[in-house]
Amino acid sequence: MLLGIDVGGTHTDSVLLQDRTIVAKAKVATDTADILGSVLRATCAVADVERLKRVERIVLSTTVLTNAVAQDQLDRVGLVVMNGPGVAPADLPLAGETTIVAGYMNHRGIEAEAPDEPELNALADAFARDGIGHVAIVGKFSSRNPLHELCAAKIFVARARHVSLGHQLSGQLNFPRRIATAYLNEALWSLHARFVEQLAGYLAEIGIDVPLYILKADGGTIEVARSRDCPVQTILSGPAASIMGVLPLVPTDVDCVSIDIGGTTTDIALFAHGAPLLQPQGADIGGHRTLVRGLLTRSMALGGDSQVRVIDRRLVIGPERQGSAMAFGGPCPTPTDALIASGRADFGDKAKAAQAMADLARDLGRTPEETATAVVAQACDHIADHVRGMVAEVNAKPVYTIHELLEGRVIAPKRLIAVGGPAPCMADEIGVRLGMPALVPPNHDVANACGAAMARTTVELNLVADTEAKIMSIAELGERVKIPKRFTDEDVIAAGRERLLRIAREAGAREEDLAVEVTDRQSFNVVRGQFNSGRNIRVRVQIKPGLTHAGTGPSEVRP
Amino acid sequence: MTRKTGLVFFPAYDYAISPTHPEREERLLYTQDQVLEEGLFDFDNIREFKPGIATPEDICRVHFCVPDLDTVAHASHLIAAGGCLTAADKVMSGEVDNAFALVRPPGHHSFRVVHGSRGFCTLNIEAVMVEYIRHKYGVRRIAIVDTDCHHGDGSQDIFWHDPDVLFISLHQDGRTLYPGSGFVDELGGPNAFGATINLPLPPGTGEQGFLYVLDDIVMPIVEAWKPDLVVNSAGQDNHYSDPITQMAFTAHGYAELNRRLAPDICVLEGGYSIQTALPYVNTGIILAMAGLDIAHVREPDYDAFDHRQPGEITDYLRRLKEAVFEQWHARSTLKRRFYPDGEFHTRSKDIFYDTDGLREHQRETVRICPDCGGTIVTDSRCDDTGNRILGITIPFHACDACRHHGEHQYEAAPSGRNLHVILQDKDRDRYLVRT
Repeated sequence: MLLGIDVGGTHTDSVLLQDRTIVAKAKVATDTADILGSVLRATCAVADVERLKRVERIVLSTTVLTNAVAQDQLDRVGLVVMNGPGVAPADLPLAGETTIVAGYMNHRGIEAEAPDEPELNALADAFARDGIGHVAIVGKFSSRNPLHELCAAKIFVARARHVSLGHQLSGQLNFPRRIATAYLNEALWSLHARFVEQLAGYLAEIGIDVPLYILKADGGTIEVARSRDCPVQTILSGPAASIMGVLPLVPTDVDCVSIDIGGTTTDIALFAHGAPLLQPQGADIGGHRTLVRGLLTRSMALGGDSQVRVIDRRLVIGPERQGSAMAFGGPCPTPTDALIASGRADFGDKAKAAQAMADLARDLGRTPEETATAVVAQACDHIADHVRGMVAEVNAKPVYTIHELLEGRVIAPKRLIAVGGPAPCMADEIGVRLGMPALVPPNHDVANACGAAMARTTVELNLVADTEAKIMSIAELGERVKIPKRFTDEDVIAAGRERLLRIAREAGAREEDLAVEVTDRQSFNVVRGQFNSGRNIRVRVQIKPGLTHAGTGPSEVRP
Repeated sequence: MTRKTGLVFFPAYDYAISPTHPEREERLLYTQDQVLEEGLFDFDNIREFKPGIATPEDICRVHFCVPDLDTVAHASHLIAAGGCLTAADKVMSGEVDNAFALVRPPGHHSFRVVHGSRGFCTLNIEAVMVEYIRHKYGVRRIAIVDTDCHHGDGSQDIFWHDPDVLFISLHQDGRTLYPGSGFVDELGGPNAFGATINLPLPPGTGEQGFLYVLDDIVMPIVEAWKPDLVVNSAGQDNHYSDPITQMAFTAHGYAELNRRLAPDICVLEGGYSIQTALPYVNTGIILAMAGLDIAHVREPDYDAFDHRQPGEITDYLRRLKEAVFEQWHARSTLKRRFYPDGEFHTRSKDIFYDTDGLREHQRETVRICPDCGGTIVTDSRCDDTGNRILGITIPFHACDACRHHGEHQYEAAPSGRNLHVILQDKDRDRYLVRT
């Protein structure tokens, strides 16, 4: 059995799954002042202690960190940046909180300027004096060569509470995003550590020794203890949980789109033959562009509770939400009222919903019935337009080879999956507009918790081998190893695979979930003068987001 | 002030002339690394676009491909040209303020007639773009400033007779570098005299020299000519680390040049120092186009002390300026001397295709015309391939007389088994082949 818990803004959901089927589910109100309490109440609602002991694993997706970012409850961070030449320091993110120091690498990971140790020592002293215990260190091209970050870390770690290093959080290139990522990681570190400790402490107290995981933004899980080093990876676990929740229904033979219609927003995600698409660069978190590997979602400001108004005799839906629907005692007409008034939905106070439509109809000069239908039609149009826009945007993404440009893969969704409160009443109409059949999963109200429960552990590694310099760097591990001159693409992939499996196991992956995928593979000559002097090989390997095989076997007994 | 900048980045990682040729797969690899690491695509005012693919019509508006387009060009050439067209569309539609087509392979050594590849170029990508802009958007006057280290002889050839295209090439002196042309006295054909300007620079010219030439020669001419659109043929092989040239230009200098020139569209041309120049030069150009701070653009090994300008270069450039303006101010007199009155002017060209090892013999006759660019008749043969064409080009905004002359030439030309007669009618956008 698997236990999934999703801490949302209003509700905390929990599900107990066996063989991907819900055994028990519950919804409790989220107390934003006491997230741990909400988690525990949701847990108790589906399982007593005895049953919990038989659970194979617990996976949590939470908005603790998302809220902390939104409400700016961030620890003060000493941000140490080795910029070198290029974009001006003033144009970097978080410029106001940054100390620029000497040292940088070039694009091949070769030292271009050494760090200045006395400068770093003086800075470490200044941080200590100012009571700055959290330090983030980011170097240009540190994902090609982490040496400078590691050197600096040695100096700061003695005097700081915790130090985040850019290269450990992502192996991708993008210095400004690396700065924002390391900063957020460090700014959230204490909060996350405290939460994780309390949770583990509580479970231990009641005698439960079940592996505890947390969901990452890329829809993969990580063991809670391992997540302590990388809280930033877990910030956007909510949207990821929603996408993972629909995954069991996503066909693997065609492309597909999912929409999650919430109260304020609708989130759209795409699946290529069953695999959710990832953000090409990294997720945006509270206005920070980061390198956090995240599932690709587009959020639009239209939900069941969006305010509907008439402006110049035209209906305007959203973007604000003033409260719940009038049918549920809210202050203004909403799409939910339209669904109820037009007979599509059968809940809430029908008289109040009808009143909402009558108010709009008067300003619109049409009947309440026509108005209700028009509101629903417009909301569906709007969502369908966004889906089309997102697909077009994904397909317009630049590619860098002739082969891809001429014969590149195009995403063409053939199926719509809709979750969220209004989903059952709107899915078909949106599907008609998009020309594809629509499906609303059963238990879609707890899809997020299911998604969390069923997600497998994911890991990504970026490797660059330079056979001229006879060095291979594995960015995320901060590893630089010697390689022979004859090292080939296959050798790099093998090295990546071996390390990927190791860290996936350390992060808590199950053996049967360990499917390694090579997502990028490029190999170029390094030419000196007229002659070939080596190869520059770039490989990215991952365990892609998907469903775990855990909890599907006949036995409920953990090995 | 920041500007909205479009970037069409297409490194063509699966195309090379040969594995160790300078024009090979990884030419823009380290540029991509640098641009990604600097986070340039994340600036709100910088947008990346996927290149389109140029159509045969787009190519035929400029070139006579012999024996045909498919034989001489590869998909990579159509995408490189298509990338320029995408850049142009984004600028012309107002979606961005300016755009940079960071594409390969390059094109400025390709002449009007194409029997094969020369100087790593097959299709003249910015000429294709310029003609596309004039055709699609009706822009009248376009200035091309070619800052590649090599003389842009192909672009010069294509626009030699065009009074509406100002072509200015800054390059390492042709006595010291391929293609060995681009001297001060090359000023354009009889219908476009003075619309071609060549500025041969001595080997070793660096940032100070380039910016002097820009400020003191290029800008005054461009401003006097009043173009509707400015294109920078942004070759990057003037860099001090380039392996096949002898100049001393810098990444910061390229950025500053683009800041001051403020081109509407930049097109990458040459530049083969793929590790030590291109990553920094391209970062600089992009920042400059986007109106961002370029003060920190610098190569890791740059040392200002090593880059002081020798006195003899300063003197040479001052003399160059005097020579150029002496001609520029006397251009009407000079024109009469270069092109005495007559109905037609003919020049013969012997063109070597170094990349493919072909030699072309060409006779080009232009109708001398006070009212338009003049119809051009090009008789071209390549003995190595046995191909021969007679190409008739009717220019944009052709006068009745030139149109009549061109159509008559096309109809009256003798047919032969090995002779293709082609009418390239830019004004009516048609391309007719008579075999």
